[in-house]
Amino acid sequence: MSTGTPDGWHRLHPLSPVVRGGRGTIAIAILLVPLLFGRGRLSDAFPQAAIVGVLALGGFVSWLVTRWRIEDDDLRIETGLLRRQSLRFPLAQVQAIDVVRPGLARLFRVAELRLRMAGASGATARLAYVGEGEVDPLRDRLLALARGARVHEGIPTGDAEPDSPPERVLAIVPTGPLVASILLERGWLIVILAGLLSGFVVSPRTAAAVIGGGGFVWAISIVTVLWRRFNQQYRLTVAEGAEGLHLRGGLVALTAEVIRPGRVQAVRLVEPILWRPLGWCRLEADLAGRQKGKGEGEAQRGQLRTLLPVAKRTLALELVDRLVPDRPHDLSPPPRRVRWKSPLRYRVLRWGRSDTCVATVSGRLRRVTCWVPLEKAQSLRHVQGPVQRRLRLASVHVDTAGKGVHATLRDRDAAEAAEALKDLTDLARAARKRVAVV
Amino acid sequence: MVVEPEQWRTPSRRLLRLRRWEVAVPAVAVAVVVALAGGRSSWALGFAGGVLVAGAIVWVVVGRRYQSWGYAERDDDLLVRRGVLFARLSVVPYGRMQFIDVTAGPLERVFGLATVRLHTAAAATDARIPGLEREEAGRLRDRLAELGEAQAAGL
Repeated sequence: MSTGTPDGWHRLHPLSPVVRGGRGTIAIAILLVPLLFGRGRLSDAFPQAAIVGVLALGGFVSWLVTRWRIEDDDLRIETGLLRRQSLRFPLAQVQAIDVVRPGLARLFRVAELRLRMAGASGATARLAYVGEGEVDPLRDRLLALARGARVHEGIPTGDAEPDSPPERVLAIVPTGPLVASILLERGWLIVILAGLLSGFVVSPRTAAAVIGGGGFVWAISIVTVLWRRFNQQYRLTVAEGAEGLHLRGGLVALTAEVIRPGRVQAVRLVEPILWRPLGWCRLEADLAGRQKGKGEGEAQRGQLRTLLPVAKRTLALELVDRLVPDRPHDLSPPPRRVRWKSPLRYRVLRWGRSDTCVATVSGRLRRVTCWVPLEKAQSLRHVQGPVQRRLRLASVHVDTAGKGVHATLRDRDAAEAAEALKDLTDLARAARKRVAVV
Repeated sequence: MVVEPEQWRTPSRRLLRLRRWEVAVPAVAVAVVVALAGGRSSWALGFAGGVLVAGAIVWVVVGRRYQSWGYAERDDDLLVRRGVLFARLSVVPYGRMQFIDVTAGPLERVFGLATVRLHTAAAATDARIPGLEREEAGRLRDRLAELGEAQAAGL
């Protein structure tokens, strides 16, 4: 229901302020109930009415002064009444366009469009909210413009033809394993639950006292974290489409995200210790231009995009092959003397490289495998600590953009590490040139 | 890394002097104050002596740390090495540099020095060269910026 004007300006959906209010809106609705159905005189409810009125007016004004339009290769958003802001987002730099539907937005049949931009600042253009019927056409149009603009500016797109075959579903995360995996990953949680249960059996009074005194609040916060995880990853669907990988999912709040292959900075596969008997793993990717969005808690800031919350290893590796072509297959173990330096990690430490990609395995209790396409490597670091020097070992770090993936060739023979540093430097340079030429 | 020894450049000798002053001045000051305040009692003199010995050890360590710093400008990347206990060698391709900043703290300014720091998109990149004379810092900054622009690669 965005109202277009002749000069191409559009407004957001009129219900936007209501949805954006989120929990505040619900609180206001509760405030309004006694006002409408109460038997008291209106003058008694005057303060509430005044608050609601002011907020409603504020919301209406913010809606009124916000407008957007597409200008050539840019998306322009103007907003603010007193502090007028005019934002320009070059479509050529769009990394991806996500569609987000929080619970309240689904109720009002609207959705938010989030344009993730490239660049160090990683700004995100947000159109919150747009009517449900318009979201998909608008998204397709923006994507087409972004592709056009990229071609126009000579930036390689790596995208397929616009009208390529419809998307193919690769994986849907099953609910049972998802719940089990969320609980299993936190082994301590099971210990605490078991402790509490046995506490109830042995001495119900003490256990009740523990729950009553602070333990209750603590339990709620744990449940909130677990719930958020479940809410985000419920029936997460991975599909292959024209633009790359399509991710969709969520229980109350729905999100849809497209991952272009070129946007992946690094991929990592995590196998927590309690998952390993089941052969499960989690696949995460570090993406350019991803930052904390609405509906993602503080805890998710700087975290990776989960592609598969829980999956069999073979399926995850299949997906890795799509994201990181030509991944190395023979990973070599470190020398035996590493047992003295890293006794817990010794068994899992591995590394290998192909001409375009480096892979490392590390981890003490959980096993973490990282893949970094060499054209995405930012810098390389060779580090030798005192213990390593005594054992003639050294580590090489492959630094990537983003915060989540630490690809480290840990504890290699000193000569091998020096050789690896040299090789990787040359290969990374070649990979960058190759990408620049295409 | 194959780098000819003469390709390595080191920070200014003035950095070494600055670092040594930073150790010597407080150590001597504390030793003198304690010795005087303690009325030349044996424990005060012992403490002052201890401070001086510790200062002397740090003096030597500072010298070795200074020796470890080095940087080399190669065709496609900048190498920075540092560290005695933990020896680090960073390779930063010019095309990956996002920005370069040159800072000079109050003490550094007194000695006419500046620190050049390189930033890439990776937070872990840790390439900083302290104790460059101001002209050298300016030259390096301009050259790196120029090379960075010429070889810039997308994310």
